[in-house]
Amino acid sequence: MRIQRVREVLDASVLCGEELLDREILSACAADLMSDVLAYVKTEALLLTGLTNTQVIHTADMMDINCIVFVRGKMPSQELIEYGRKHDMVLLSTPHKMYYASGLLYNAGLGACR
Amino acid sequence: MEKLHLHYDVEGNDFIAAGEASGQVKRALRQLGIDFEVIRRCAICMYEGEINMVVHADGGTADVMVEKDKVTIILEDRGPGISDMELAMQEGYSTASQDVRELGFGAGMGLPNMKKYSDSLEINSEVGKGTKVTMVIHIPG
Repeated sequence: MRIQRVREVLDASVLCGEELLDREILSACAADLMSDVLAYVKTEALLLTGLTNTQVIHTADMMDINCIVFVRGKMPSQELIEYGRKHDMVLLSTPHKMYYASGLLYNAGLGACR
Repeated sequence: MEKLHLHYDVEGNDFIAAGEASGQVKRALRQLGIDFEVIRRCAICMYEGEINMVVHADGGTADVMVEKDKVTIILEDRGPGISDMELAMQEGYSTASQDVRELGFGAGMGLPNMKKYSDSLEINSEVGKGTKVTMVIHIPG
């Protein structure tokens, strides 16, 4: 699924990486525990999270996650957005809660990390 | 023969910078053209170890040695040491503070993740003196 489609499905706003929305995402995971992301995520995945600190960017960077969706309308700081931009990531913000946002993406055909 | 030796001084209690050394290691390994999965495993091991040094031990040093057939990561600190190694290795056990948990860590996954993703993990720790963690990740030929 292209990130553009993710954006539409989640009614998300683009915080950075507008020019990278045609990237393909193969799977997704939802977590607030970054160690879980490190333990289970596969490549070319998207991360849904409620955390908005720099460790989210570091974790994503380690795992080659290049799209992060902040749930519940959470807005990271401008500093974090710049940090994401520097790491060539697409950052999105959706008004939906984590469980609902995950369901929307799953229904739209985006599978889980296995 | 050693192809590359990277050394980092990791600052303690700098929660924002924690992970930067790991990012640099990952990019350096990529430049060497090392297998993607090996890089991913090194990145996870190094990052969890770096977080541990920042939050538990007031920083330390990280050395990464790349050879033809393996990557060795050595993390050394002068922190409080680990008093009960068996407990520390148990998934879900953590002595991390609330601050650390708010960063998305401190759920007792660090050492188990390091064990899971390295080919060998050796921990030498002395209470009151510090901890030395040595991890080896093999590069398939």
